[in-house]
This record gives sequence, C-alpha cells and structure tokens, in this order.
Amino acid sequence: MMFAHGFGCDQNMWRLVAPAFAGTHRIVLFDHVGAGHSDTAAYDFGKYASLDGYVDDVLDICAELDLTDVVFVGHSVSAMVGVLAAVRAPDRFGALVLVGPSPRYIDDEGYSGGFSRADIDDLLASLENNYLGWSSAMAPAIMGNPERPELGEELTNSFCRTDPAIARQFAEVTFLSDNRADLAQVHVPALVLQCSDDLIAPEQVGRYVHRHLTGSTLRLLQARGHCPNLSAPAETIAAIEDFVAGGAAAAR
Amino acid sequence: MTGSPGGGPAGAPPAAPERPEELYEDAPCGLLSVRPDGTVVAVNRTFLRWTGHERDAVVDRCFRELLAAGDRIFYETHYAPLLLMQDEVREIAVTMVCPRGRLPVLLNSVLVRDPHGTPRSVRIAVFLALDRRSYETELLRARQRAEESEARARVLARTLQDSLLPPALPSVPGLDLGAVYRPAGRGDEVGGDFYDVFSTAPGAWVVVIGDVVGKGVAAATLTSLVRYTLRAVAMRVRPPRTVLAALNDALLQQRAERVCTVALARIRLAEGGPARVTVCLGGHPRPLVVRRHGDPVPFGRFGTVLGALPSPTLYEATTTLDPGDALLLHTDGVVEGRQDGVFFGERRLAELAGSLRDRDAATFADEVAGAAVEHQRGTPDDDIAVVVVRHRE
Repeated sequence: MMFAHGFGCDQNMWRLVAPAFAGTHRIVLFDHVGAGHSDTAAYDFGKYASLDGYVDDVLDICAELDLTDVVFVGHSVSAMVGVLAAVRAPDRFGALVLVGPSPRYIDDEGYSGGFSRADIDDLLASLENNYLGWSSAMAPAIMGNPERPELGEELTNSFCRTDPAIARQFAEVTFLSDNRADLAQVHVPALVLQCSDDLIAPEQVGRYVHRHLTGSTLRLLQARGHCPNLSAPAETIAAIEDFVAGGAAAAR
Repeated sequence: MTGSPGGGPAGAPPAAPERPEELYEDAPCGLLSVRPDGTVVAVNRTFLRWTGHERDAVVDRCFRELLAAGDRIFYETHYAPLLLMQDEVREIAVTMVCPRGRLPVLLNSVLVRDPHGTPRSVRIAVFLALDRRSYETELLRARQRAEESEARARVLARTLQDSLLPPALPSVPGLDLGAVYRPAGRGDEVGGDFYDVFSTAPGAWVVVIGDVVGKGVAAATLTSLVRYTLRAVAMRVRPPRTVLAALNDALLQQRAERVCTVALARIRLAEGGPARVTVCLGGHPRPLVVRRHGDPVPFGRFGTVLGALPSPTLYEATTTLDPGDALLLHTDGVVEGRQDGVFFGERRLAELAGSLRDRDAATFADEVAGAAVEHQRGTPDDDIAVVVVRHRE
C-alpha cells in the first residue's frame, strides 16, 4: 500500500492512517521531490513542470521495490498522480484510493471545479507571503541532510516547509492541471473518498470523478475539510478497509 | 476582589488594574474561539473593531470564509493540516476580507484537545500586519529586481565571454581544428581562459591558447587586450618568441598588475609534406604532440609568465606534424582539476589523448574537456580550454 501526500505538506499527512495497514500490507511512504525531507537538489523545474514528473517518480518507486498489486492511496493532487500512474502502468496497481480528488480545479464550460484563475493567482501571492520556516540559510542544513531529519525539527511549521520557488511551481502544476480526460482510461478499481465541506475538492467534483471512473466506488465522509487523513483518521481507515476487503476485490 | 477601581485603602493589596474580561475583549490582538470544524464560537471586541465586522457576521460562520480566496486554499492545504499535526501554528500570513476592505494579518493558533486527545477547540490570535506586509512586499520586489539584474549580469558575462573567443573556428585546408571552452563553476562568471586561431599569410597559421589570472570583468578586459595584441603583433612579426615578448611589453605598459600564461604555435603548411610547428610557452603548460603511433609526449620548453618581468625568458621549439598527427593545447584547468584531492594530471591527460588519436579534432577536444569536468563531478573550480589541431590526412 503506497501513500502519496498532496500539495502543502509531506508524508506526515499519513501518520494517523498508514500504521493501521501495517499488519496487512507492506507500507510505502515517500515525500514528493521538493517536499518534506526529500533532496531538493533532485528537483528539476523541467521535470516537475507537469504531473508527469511525479508520475515518473511513483513508477520508479514501484520498479525499484518491484511492487505489484499496489493499493495506491493518493491525497489531493496525488490522487490524480495515482490516476495517471494507473493509466500508464495498469499492471502495477491493484486498486486506487483517491482522497479528495479533483481532475480540474478551475471552472470550465459545463464543469464546476470550485475555483477561478484569479483565485489561483491569489493563492500564489499567499504562498509568497508564507515561507513557513523556510530560510535559505537553514535550507541546505535541513534539505541537504535527509539522513538527519532532526536538524529541522525545531523549526515551526516544519511539515509544510518548502523552497518558495518549488512551492510556487507545485501550486501551479496542481491547480492549473486538467486531467478530466484521463479518468476514462483507468481500468483499476477505485475508491473516491469525498469529505463534506471540502473547499479544495467540493462534492460535485468528487461525484464527477466517480461518474467518469468506470466501476469506482464513491464514499461520502462525515469529515469536514480537505484532510480527513488528519481530522478523521478512524473514519478514513474504516472506509479504506471496507474497500480493500470487499469493494476492490469484487470489482476485479 | 474588593476595593474600588484605582486603589484600595492603605494596607490592602493593590487591585488589579483591569478585569480578565476587559483584557480578553480589548486585548492588543484579535481573539477567536473556533470549533474543530472551523465554526467561530466567540470573538473579542478588538477583532470586530479592526475588521469592522458585526459580531453576528462572525459568530457561527466558518473562519475560513473570513479569508481572501487564495488564503482559503492555503488554509486548507497548509494551516489546517499543520494545526492537526503540531497542535499549534504560528505566524501564518493571511488577508482577511472585511467590510473595511482587505486586512493583512498574522495568525497564531493553538488546538485544544480533550483528555482523550480529541480536538475540542481552536484558539486563534490575530495580529495586524499592515506595516510588516508592506515591508515584506518591498523585500519581495527587491528580490525580484535582484533576480532580474542577476539575469542581466549573466547575459552580459556571456556576451563578454563570447567576445573573447572566436565565434567559429576558421576552416583551414590541411588542418582539422577543434576547440572547447568551459567556464568554471556554474558558468555564470566571465573566466580568464581564451584561445584563438588565425592566419598570418597564405599557408601560415597561428594557434594560441592562454589563461589570464583571475576572473570577472577586470580579467576579461585584460584577456581582450592579450587576444588583440597577439593578433596585431603576429601579423607583423613571425617568430613566436618575438610575438610573446611584444605581448609582455604591452602588458607591462598597461600596468595591468595581472599576469597571464600563453602558448603560441605557428604552423606552416606545405602541400604534400608535413606541417612545421613552432611553439613558444609564456609560463603555459606544455602542449601534447599526439602522433599516429607511440605515446603522446609534452612538447616545448617552459618560459616565464607574461606581464611580470621586463625581460622574460622564452624559448622556441620546432617539430613537424605528419598527416594524422595532432597537437593538443590546453589550460591548467584541465590537469589541475581535483577530485578528493587527486589531480586530473598530465599522465591521465596523455593516456586519454592517446586513446582519442583517431577521433576528429572537435570530438577529441570535447572528450578531453568533458573528462576534465567529469573528474571534478561536473562543476570545475577553474576554467577549462582545449584546442586540438590535427594535420589532415
């Protein structure tokens, strides 16, 4: 079972959920390049100019660890990374769990993603104002020593610390992407976990994903907001367990 | 608490100057209590006064809705998860949208949990950040300007560097020429290495490679002087030694207080026969003669660096290049590049040159420079220049 975090923080997003599956699954956790304790030197502005760069990384991890029958659990933008990975290498994946997925954030004709282009520009400005513990003086010490994560722990907001330039590009790639057409290409059983009152991925978007993913299961959560993995871990775990035990197997 | 406000009877403890309720309502920061789901439960007077919101417009509303659009996304992707992971978030810069317009503020939040660890409420302190935000905006602008001027400086450095090297190597009947220049580091500074190839008469060519000490604009202006002095002098006088002596005089006259090393090779081509090569070295590493058979050997005799002494000691050495033989000229950046303290070195260069003897001159030069850069793991400490001249078969 591979957990992929979304835009904003790092693999700590899964710390209340992933341990619940450690008894039944091999757990694979990682930070996207540019986030958490990844090696920022590996960040390539060309490679990560689209979600494909992140998809490459997921498939590289699968190849390196020789994974098959992966239950890919992707939060937020990583839900779409999982979708694209399953389109490209369907043999690797047994099931997809999409937590708060959105194939397109910006409204389009006949489609309501929840945001306008101006909202996204406003977000980019917000990122500029929030470097969140990032300091170029500290950065090399923290980011250049992934084997010594304690170096960064005393900083506040450390889970969301990112190089500002990387955060900006990741925000652009995330919120300006349009992967609606890719949904129909997926032939892996999928669970769509939809929160209530999710600003980032509103309910109509979750329903859209469910409609366009053939044979997918939609599960509406009581949890409010965009991070049920943190705010309602028990409910999130139960939903994934149900799906893995019954739904995914039946769909196959 | 007893006693009238402002002080009690003598002997009694002094009364608190204000009640906790007053401190809460009129604290020098806005204060909100929010349910874990984001609904505002209570708000103090300071917050209402700063924002111009009515109490009813805040209580029972979702806190997120008080923020500007971009900050709402930031709230969901950064603030909310951080708060749940750390139980505390500090110094989050957001803009509140309120009846008086947009208000830049900083948020500090604490998550309060019940004894079972379940989130019970969130306490938020709101600080005005008007001055701070305008100062930060200034800083951001300054950074953008700095990035722009850095980009301009890079273009300027590139242009200057290009002016120190021939835009393309001439096409010389009977000679196969290859040259590479690789600036030090990431390549955004002007280096001091240069090379040049030009004709002085029919069948007579000068190949020169050199290294001006230092980097940057000051080194570049001297490199320019060296290159054009050599071109001008070599047109009038033939012997390489006389040419370098003239360059030495020019440098001393210029009072440049910077020295340079130069290797100059004069090549005379004769139809159907070998090419005659005369080399003079002004403090420069010896070029290698790479013949069709046998080990490559350094050629020439060391002389004094140029621009330092009034009467430099300079020697000439002459050899012939048969068809297929090559001359490899390089700067010290090739052999002095180090990896873990180990020099690239002349022996490694000679071995490499021997293995490349059958390649065309351009590939030959590329491979040598590439190996030197590779030896320093991709970011050389010094400029690297390589010129290969092969007598065409």
